Amino acid sequence: MTIAFLNLDLQTIADGIALGAIYALMAVGIGLVFGVLRLVNFAYGQLVMAGAFALALASQWGWPLWGGILFCFAVVIALSIAMEHLVFRPLRGHSPAVMLVATFAVAFLLQNIALLWFGSLGKIATSLAFLNRVWTIFGADVHKIAVVAVVVAAVCLGLVQFLLQRTEIGLHMRAASMDFATSRMLGVRANRVVSFAVLVSGVLAAVVAVMLTVQTPLVTPDFALRDTIVVLAGVVVGGLNRPIPATLGGFLIGFTTGLLGGVLPTNQSQYLPTFVFAAVILVLLVRPRGLFDLSKTVERV
Amino acid sequence: MTRHLEELVAPVALIVAAALLGTLATLSTQTYFVDTLVKVSIVVALYVFIGNSGVLSFGHISFVALGAWTAGVLSVPAAEKGAIMPNLAHFLVHRHVGNLTSLVLAAAVGGVAAFVVGVPLMRLSGLAAGIATFAVLEITHNLLTYEERVGPGQNAFSSVPETTGLRQAAVAGVVCVVVAFVYARSRFGRLLRATREDAAAARAVGASVYLQRLVAFTVSGALAGLAGGLYVHLLPVQVNSVYLDLTFVTLAMLVVGGSGSLFGAVVGALAVSALDSWLAVAENGTSLFGWHVDLPAGTAEIVVGSLMAVVLILRPNGITGGRELRLRRRPA
Repeated sequence: MTIAFLNLDLQTIADGIALGAIYALMAVGIGLVFGVLRLVNFAYGQLVMAGAFALALASQWGWPLWGGILFCFAVVIALSIAMEHLVFRPLRGHSPAVMLVATFAVAFLLQNIALLWFGSLGKIATSLAFLNRVWTIFGADVHKIAVVAVVVAAVCLGLVQFLLQRTEIGLHMRAASMDFATSRMLGVRANRVVSFAVLVSGVLAAVVAVMLTVQTPLVTPDFALRDTIVVLAGVVVGGLNRPIPATLGGFLIGFTTGLLGGVLPTNQSQYLPTFVFAAVILVLLVRPRGLFDLSKTVERV
Repeated sequence: MTRHLEELVAPVALIVAAALLGTLATLSTQTYFVDTLVKVSIVVALYVFIGNSGVLSFGHISFVALGAWTAGVLSVPAAEKGAIMPNLAHFLVHRHVGNLTSLVLAAAVGGVAAFVVGVPLMRLSGLAAGIATFAVLEITHNLLTYEERVGPGQNAFSSVPETTGLRQAAVAGVVCVVVAFVYARSRFGRLLRATREDAAAARAVGASVYLQRLVAFTVSGALAGLAGGLYVHLLPVQVNSVYLDLTFVTLAMLVVGGSGSLFGAVVGALAVSALDSWLAVAENGTSLFGWHVDLPAGTAEIVVGSLMAVVLILRPNGITGGRELRLRRRPA
């Protein structure tokens, strides 16, 4: 009895960590674009959704696994570049509220295009289903995807950190996210930095699409919509201005959601969104600049 | 205030015109007109807060939902209550009120809920405010979906008396517009707009940003509650019909029209609604200037979404530019 209870607990913790890892990747994707453009991309989830549909179509057409994943990356990257050119670029310099509502519109638009195209019943992505089986580690059953997600997320986060800290374009991105106007005067090419940030964020969206389809093989037009809302809340809770707090915020909310979802009985877990979003409101009230923001700056005239 | 009364002319005239146009339509098309007028009320409610404060709120549809729940629960005929709401709390089972009372109560519940939510939340601004109001929407939706003691849960509010016709929707629309006008021209509205333009300067002359936002949030919550009451008396509202889609559409209307003015809110609601309704009709096949049009289902949302994105990119202040329509040009 005790063992069984412990086993369940370890698996739940692993699943929570896995969800946290996936959300952390989404948080980085949203945070990178916010850094350079001061734009909260509400349509990020629809990039993931497009990637998931690409995977589902590929598995429906009987493509090999690598073909499907390649197709997914191609679709997501093409879509994010198109989004940058058609929406982000003309919006540059507008007020944050206008940009947020605009990406809200893009999200709604893409979701309805998917609805028109694929119908509301959705498609099933099966090619990676084998990752849903369990491994027995130290006597505990852990979904393979949980391990894969954590490893992939760690590698991706490491690469992004390397990119930001050790390369020239990364230096430019950090400069641009501190002060866009000044960095331009000092020779940072705005379009290059923005395109690059959007590109990296698109790659991360594709990675997220691959991993989320393992957990939820049924791909519907509102795929990843709820996740995006939760991640956005997590990112703001963590502190949107800097990449590491944003990532931590994403991880934290994913881990909390996953853990509570596994631990609570059904008659309480249906109220999970209420718990999570009430916690979000509470944190925002206590620390409106983010949970991990330790600086004490006051708005000046 | 009287000096500005002419600013009321255009919004009221537009609402009356839409209602009169609706009387000419066939009964099935009339629903679209009534629906449009209810949307006008929602968008005017949004304008009272977002337009005057400059703070984005994704949470107002919560108050629409609460208004709908209030009016709905109290209006379902006693004989039907058991079928739609088997788990209703005891004190609600035998309560029943008339049409007008249910609307007043809907507005009251919307206002009280907005005040309660606003007391902590109005301290926030910018992105934190956006996310926090979104969280309010999520919580309301989650609770209404599963809390069957206060409503039908995931069932629809069927068999609520359909009292929201053209007249009721138009009268309520005018009421909302007048309340929004009086508020915007009052001391409160002026102070709030001052904080929108320059929070630091407004503070320096003694305006409390927090207090002014709280007043606006409460007023707009009450109007949103009223609109929710109207909505449930129009069609069988279900928990998902007062959630993300309605949030999106009404925000789109406000932004497309121009969130800075009452006129913009009304124009945006009417213009987007007209387009949306026409496309919805066209999805079932219609004719335009002799051409037969038959659009696939879902086109309406795509066109409205694109329109909103295009307007935001080309005219971030909306089609009215956020200005009121005045009859005479006043000397500068």
